[in-house]
Amino acid sequence: MRALTYHSKHDVRVDTVPDPELVNPRDAIIEVTATAICGSDLHLYDGVIPGVMSGDILGHEFMGRVVDAGPGSTLEKGQRVVVPFTISCGQCFHCLRAQYSACDNSNPAENQDLTEPLYGQALSGLFGYSHLTGGYPGGQAEYVRVPYSDIGPIVIPDGLEDEEVLFLSDILPTGWMAADNCDIEPGDTVAVWGCGPVGLFAIQSAKLMGAAEVIAIDHYPNRLDLARKLGAKVIDYRTTRVLEALTEMTGGIGPDAVIDAVGMESHGLAPDNIADTVKQKVGFGADRGHALREAIMACRKGGRVSMPGVYGGFLDKFPLGAFMEKGLQMRTGQTHVQKYSKDLLHRIREGEIDTTFLISHRLPLEQAAEGYANFHSNQDDWTKVVLRP
Amino acid sequence: MSLRSRLPARREPARGAVAGPALLAGATLLGIGLALYWRNRFDGRGSRDSAPGHTARRSRFGGYTVIGRSVTIHADRGSLYDQWRDFGNLPRFMENVKAVRTEGDVSTWTIAAPRGSVTVKTRIVSDRPGEEIAWRSTEDSDIDTEGKVSFRDAPGGRGTVVEARIAYRQPGGAVGRGAAFLTGTDPRQQARRDLKRFKMLMETGEVTSSRLR
Repeated sequence: MRALTYHSKHDVRVDTVPDPELVNPRDAIIEVTATAICGSDLHLYDGVIPGVMSGDILGHEFMGRVVDAGPGSTLEKGQRVVVPFTISCGQCFHCLRAQYSACDNSNPAENQDLTEPLYGQALSGLFGYSHLTGGYPGGQAEYVRVPYSDIGPIVIPDGLEDEEVLFLSDILPTGWMAADNCDIEPGDTVAVWGCGPVGLFAIQSAKLMGAAEVIAIDHYPNRLDLARKLGAKVIDYRTTRVLEALTEMTGGIGPDAVIDAVGMESHGLAPDNIADTVKQKVGFGADRGHALREAIMACRKGGRVSMPGVYGGFLDKFPLGAFMEKGLQMRTGQTHVQKYSKDLLHRIREGEIDTTFLISHRLPLEQAAEGYANFHSNQDDWTKVVLRP
Repeated sequence: MSLRSRLPARREPARGAVAGPALLAGATLLGIGLALYWRNRFDGRGSRDSAPGHTARRSRFGGYTVIGRSVTIHADRGSLYDQWRDFGNLPRFMENVKAVRTEGDVSTWTIAAPRGSVTVKTRIVSDRPGEEIAWRSTEDSDIDTEGKVSFRDAPGGRGTVVEARIAYRQPGGAVGRGAAFLTGTDPRQQARRDLKRFKMLMETGEVTSSRLR
């Protein structure tokens, strides 16, 4: 089959690789009909996530048709499914508590050696996202082997187009969980750093959950426009002093909840960010945390910090004093996709949520490398790339 | 007024009268402290904390290396015990155990080693259904080892805590230990992986793999 593989930093190619086959009883094989490049794929592309090897198939947002299913799968050949990017067994302590992205069993034992010393406990399995999370071949391919296919994939009813439901795989539930982690109450103001796909879905979700006001922070004009269309007020950090603006826009109180939808590759020329960038480039395992630092400083006393942005290493100059003295709470984590799939599919069917506005470019899988290059270098115009095998 | 000028003036003690005994008392306290620290630091088994012995900073006891690892499995004690008690099942989740053959009361384990394989012969020394299985190598075994796996109820309905403990004499001494680590046959690493695979098998019915085919 054809699949997008990693070769080295900023070098990904569509290669011919062996077709996947059933390995375990609960597996299914999916013929991919649509797959997307995620903002977090750019962290792999930029080489800031360790444990990515040449030849690894990338991609964790995908959907398709079931072409084979093992005896332990509940799927049937021909069904259309969206596959969550998190791989979950459904039977361990965490899965039974709907903490699907903390599954104990989905990362092969030999791969758990890598993250247990790094994080205290081993990470769970994810599709196409380095050997730290299992080394699973990803979804930017013609076919994918899906383990635990009785737990993850959600069957899509007829009458819904691929593009209407594809983002159930990651970014829609991720934006939704980001807002859910804010414990929004009526009258709340929620501030969102980053108007990429996750930030935009977090804005939409916060509104649906009853936030009185959402304020979005970014510097790309087109992305700020998209945020405005979703009903957010916007701040362009290149022209505005963000902290002062947020205080003024909330009557001197500060936002009740803040969302860092930026993650480890924060942009901008703030002094802390320049220092972080240098450390990241020379390979200190450092994260760039400017957005998170600013979000904590902005958040009102007793407020909530939600962090869907991806981090992998260490952060210094963390405003720990502000965090403690203001009595903030923080919630974060990879998304428990399976917990939200059904509800979000229902909301899409009811027309409550639209995800198609996000897609800026559609390319055949063969041109995936071009998609990566453009998504990476022109983030203002390239908001979301959908690939068709 | 500066802060310093507000502080009371320091009084000089009558030297000799105070300093001598104070020095002696200080040295005695330091001595006792060091002695206590020394005892706790190096008397691994003697320390009085609640941690399991295999988490002691010292990992070798009288020529034996001791390792241990626990895992909580969402299954009942009985079924986990049964699965383990039939040693023929062990190669399903133990990466380096190629086969276990039992004749009479002696089990012969074929274990992958950096060059070929080694044979370990063991005899059961304790068997309490649903609770514990312990074994010890026989006189003619290639490797001198003993081990125990215990099963106890986890709190809050979380299933069963399975704890494995193994003591062994590493063939080749320190060089052998280094080689084992480098070739991925470090028993500590193996025990961790094997127990995780046991958990996968018992909770999900399969051993997780990211193989493409």
